[in-house]
Amino acid sequence: MSNNEIKSVTATGISLLLDDIDTDRIIPARFLRCVTFDGLGEHAFEDDRQQDPSHPFNQPQFQGAGILAAGRNFGCGSSREHAPQSLMRWGIKAVIAESFAEIFFGNCGSLGIPAVKASRADLEKLAAAIQKNPKLEITVDLQKLTVTAGDIAFTVTMPDSARDALVTGQWDYLGRLLNAADKVTEHAKTVPYLSGFRA
Amino acid sequence: MSDKRNLFNKVWDLHTVQTLPGGQTQLFIGLHLIHEVTSPQAFEILRDRKLKVAFPERTIATVDHIVPTGSQARPFLDDLAEQMMSAIEKNCADFGVTLLDLKDDRQGIVHVVGPEQGLTQPGMTIVCGDSHTSTHGAFGSIAIGIGTSNVAEVLATQTMFLNRPKVRQVVVHGQLAPGVYAKDVILYIIQKLGVQGGVGYAYEFAGSTFDVMSIEERMTVCNMSIEGGARCGYINPDQATVDYLNGRPFSPKGADFDRAAAWWLSLASDDDAQFDDVVEFNAADIEPTVTWGITPAQSVGVSQPLPRISEVAPEEQTLIREALKFMGLEEGQPIKGTKIDVAFIGSCTNSRMSDLREAARIVAGHKVAPHVKAIVVPGSQLVRRQAMAEGLHLIFEAAGFEWRAAGCSMCLAMNPDKLHGREVCASSSNRNFKGRQGSPTGRTLLMSPAMVAAAAIEGHVADIREFTGAAVC
Repeated sequence: MSNNEIKSVTATGISLLLDDIDTDRIIPARFLRCVTFDGLGEHAFEDDRQQDPSHPFNQPQFQGAGILAAGRNFGCGSSREHAPQSLMRWGIKAVIAESFAEIFFGNCGSLGIPAVKASRADLEKLAAAIQKNPKLEITVDLQKLTVTAGDIAFTVTMPDSARDALVTGQWDYLGRLLNAADKVTEHAKTVPYLSGFRA
Repeated sequence: MSDKRNLFNKVWDLHTVQTLPGGQTQLFIGLHLIHEVTSPQAFEILRDRKLKVAFPERTIATVDHIVPTGSQARPFLDDLAEQMMSAIEKNCADFGVTLLDLKDDRQGIVHVVGPEQGLTQPGMTIVCGDSHTSTHGAFGSIAIGIGTSNVAEVLATQTMFLNRPKVRQVVVHGQLAPGVYAKDVILYIIQKLGVQGGVGYAYEFAGSTFDVMSIEERMTVCNMSIEGGARCGYINPDQATVDYLNGRPFSPKGADFDRAAAWWLSLASDDDAQFDDVVEFNAADIEPTVTWGITPAQSVGVSQPLPRISEVAPEEQTLIREALKFMGLEEGQPIKGTKIDVAFIGSCTNSRMSDLREAARIVAGHKVAPHVKAIVVPGSQLVRRQAMAEGLHLIFEAAGFEWRAAGCSMCLAMNPDKLHGREVCASSSNRNFKGRQGSPTGRTLLMSPAMVAAAAIEGHVADIREFTGAAVC
């Protein structure tokens, strides 16, 4: 983990505009039998890809894509950080979705993957453009909160705290939490169940 | 607007170390539960940065996801599982964290163990690298599932950054009809509010239906809050909560317990507490509920037909088509009578004593349908022991169920218990996602343990309210 500022991401795209894609589908549980995240990239969407040869992650023209356009409630279900890890190791650097499940969204933030929300109509336009031209360069600009791709441009949203952390390079949350160690020690003394319920 | 008088905000404020300019809270975590799947990489982060576990006495580990429920001889047959087991043993030893391992009779599914041991208490903030951490909200705690980076943060600092969610009160009024269980209540709520209806919210479950539920039933409800998209779910502590905790190993003792109980009860949302949103349901409208699709919201009452594609909103139709195709079901068909291949009673949702007693009551004197493989997996070693003391294992075995050791088992298939091919499983677990139970094409029908028991005997989805055990296979 480093303190790199992430102000924008530019890459080609891949679209998967289905709703309620859960993290079991992103990375099936059998691949969680591991003690590191190494090698998860090749198993992203493994079972969906096996059952559907036309799955976007199978298509040669989308290999090398870095920006994923997704649907509603993307990343729901299991809290497994293996899910954004597998997408990241496959090559995804940013996700644009209609909405995100909250644990998945938080995990993306921990890994420095911008996860921004866009309207369904804008996502459908973007998906169509990606299908038409897999080499289309897409830019997610976190400062302006815009997505641009060829002649397409639309606004996106992201909570301020998550955006600021990426833009200012402060998404190493552990480092920031450690800085407050003294405050934590003091605070613990005020928690009733840590002080015989007398606090 | 949500205000200071609801439990969520009382507990949140009590644990707020600081609020950042961007609005995020650095939240103190009262209890950190750990298991073997989402912790090894977190401990590696601590090693890389030369950090210690800040509050080892507030951290406790057990093993559940990868544990075989058959032979548990070490080394495990699965090398990868063995590596994970060795990793958590070493990590807990190196960092001074108590591990309830297979040799410890307190071992079990982390969300069964915490409450059983009295670790889970009202007014706590509780996290675990597992989305079903919401279970612990049954005690009136803020209980949140987290990712591995967060696990490292909490290990090293006992805190994490979170945005305060809004609070929605989900009220259910009235008495449940016979054959309708806590599982049906939460499946019904998710069916009505959707799998993403809870995003941005904590759910307070309130109303007379929950008031009369046992603590175990409340755990079943809160467990599946996450399936409704909520950050967490909770039920206000009351006398039943206090009684449950009295005498548990990690519960306060003596005068401490009396002070604790008074504090716990004081945390309940005030009568005039405000919420960001309130939704209300009637218990009388809930019948035994079964999922037919690939999200936990895709369910129907057992007497109802599956939806027709033309009757649902256009934006839902793609997902319904995908679900029907995967499940091999037709729009508008009844769910009752759907043939099953496997019956699974277990998981952090429904593997506690009350679940096993009810399932045993139903299967007693009957036989599992010849084509069905049926297993019962207790949630913990202590549940297993208690069930055996009551002779429940004999009832299950006589009926043709396998009686297993404690673990997550077939809920998520990170262990030898899996579906094969396109098998259909009547399951008391919490997720019917594609491939969830281990076979990429395997199919899951979520329902209460009682309904699983009835389906196992009949060989197909049956209405527990009509169940006689006179199977026609």
